[in-house]
Amino acid sequence: MFAQHTDLAPNRDSTSRLLPWIIGLMVYLAGLAVSVTMVFEQVIDRWSAGLKGSVTVVIEPSVNGEDIKTEARIETALRLILTTPGISSAIPLANADVAELIEPWLGKDALSLDLPIPRLIDVTLEPNRTVDLAALTHRLETAVPGIQIDDHKVWLQSVLRLARTFELIAILVVILIAAAAGATVMFATRARLAVQCDVIEVLHLIGARDTYIARQFQGIAVSMALWGGLLGLSLTGLTVLGLWILTHDLEGSLLPAVGWNPPFVAGLALLPLAGVIIAAVTARYTVMRYLSRML
Amino acid sequence: MVRFKNVGMRYGDEPEVLRDISFNLESGSYHFLTGPSGAGKSSLLRLMYLAHQPSRGNVSIFNHDVATTPREKLPNLRRRIGVVFQNFQLLDHLSTMDNVALPLRISGARRETIQEHVAELLAWVGLGGHLDAYPRTLSDGEKQRVAIARAVINRPSLLLADEPTGSVDQEQGSRILRLFEELNKIGTTIVLATHDRSIIEHYQHPVLRIEKGTVSIFCNLAKDKG
Repeated sequence: MFAQHTDLAPNRDSTSRLLPWIIGLMVYLAGLAVSVTMVFEQVIDRWSAGLKGSVTVVIEPSVNGEDIKTEARIETALRLILTTPGISSAIPLANADVAELIEPWLGKDALSLDLPIPRLIDVTLEPNRTVDLAALTHRLETAVPGIQIDDHKVWLQSVLRLARTFELIAILVVILIAAAAGATVMFATRARLAVQCDVIEVLHLIGARDTYIARQFQGIAVSMALWGGLLGLSLTGLTVLGLWILTHDLEGSLLPAVGWNPPFVAGLALLPLAGVIIAAVTARYTVMRYLSRML
Repeated sequence: MVRFKNVGMRYGDEPEVLRDISFNLESGSYHFLTGPSGAGKSSLLRLMYLAHQPSRGNVSIFNHDVATTPREKLPNLRRRIGVVFQNFQLLDHLSTMDNVALPLRISGARRETIQEHVAELLAWVGLGGHLDAYPRTLSDGEKQRVAIARAVINRPSLLLADEPTGSVDQEQGSRILRLFEELNKIGTTIVLATHDRSIIEHYQHPVLRIEKGTVSIFCNLAKDKG
């Protein structure tokens, strides 16, 4: 006999009808922004961890157009490096290892192309020790022709700065999307309030508390946000999965591999919940404010 | 029960529609409210059912001064007031049953209790066969009876009715007025706004006459109950 679970009239205003779609789009955009943040986070962590406390010594295959015995130069360089205080290890990379490093640019058959590929020595510094890299560089350059030392600092700092900037932008985008979602819910709730003013007046006059009326608007906003949130999350999931498949199909990747780590998945899954919370709080605040103007 | 002291009322910046109104309605009393159209009957009722603040003076309902009562306590006062609006104010998207059930649902009554009481009352007002009907399918007289059922379902201490028999036939009108008499006998204070002199003369309750924004209260001349 009791057909209604809400005292409010069914949705007939266009703003309310569009709300789930708008929330869905916002959750989708926020999901992409969170994904970008996560990718940068992982890239930064891996690059930082991989390059911190290490130095790469590059031995060019030829000096001034003349081939000089590379193995002898490597031995000299190793001797000088390993006698320097604060050096933990120095390992010359095999040609195959070097080929693997340049694979993203030249592909798997880089070695067979007969290109002049430099040799690398991976030098690891002792933790918590300061190494006079300037002095080491000077000694190496004096003793070994065609040698360079790359401590990655300049390159890493630039890349990290860029990555952090992208990360901050992504976080800012998520915050802006949350604010826009709140504003959308507020306008939709106001539109509903305008449409339902007669119903509200009756409920108010027969003794409904503000919270009773607000709860009904809140319930509608929550169900719409939940519907839209799940839609947005599904789209985000499909997009991220598609990108993941595409990047894994590439022969080599410029970026370190990015995994589905649990905090990232949890962050994405929380987006619809965040949408629901924003919708609930905004709808309640808007209705309570409207009702507070009544006697 | 209801006390007005030097009350004035205006809508926005308009001139006052009610001026210097003072009266006191005792608990359990029954008054007719009458006067020419536009005299301010509906405005006076709006003050009584707490839809509007007086622009001056004091309105006291159930010994609570409306001006000083905290806003969050007003819903409890409103739940003790039953109102039959002149234009019914039924919610078109709710069934007859749901419309009448509203005051009970708002008060937090149990579902079974609501169903039982609402069905019983609707049967009493002759709408037992229209429980699931929507207001748009009802005649004005039927809507009027739904509005009355909604106003009395909560057994209010104060019942305010604006032309409650205006849209019903004589037989239904008599049934409604008998219901009001019964409610009055069990202690409900009633204010019934009407133009119908025959009702006023027949039931002989005191009359609040409102004219040009002021109220005069006098005993019913048809038969002074002493």
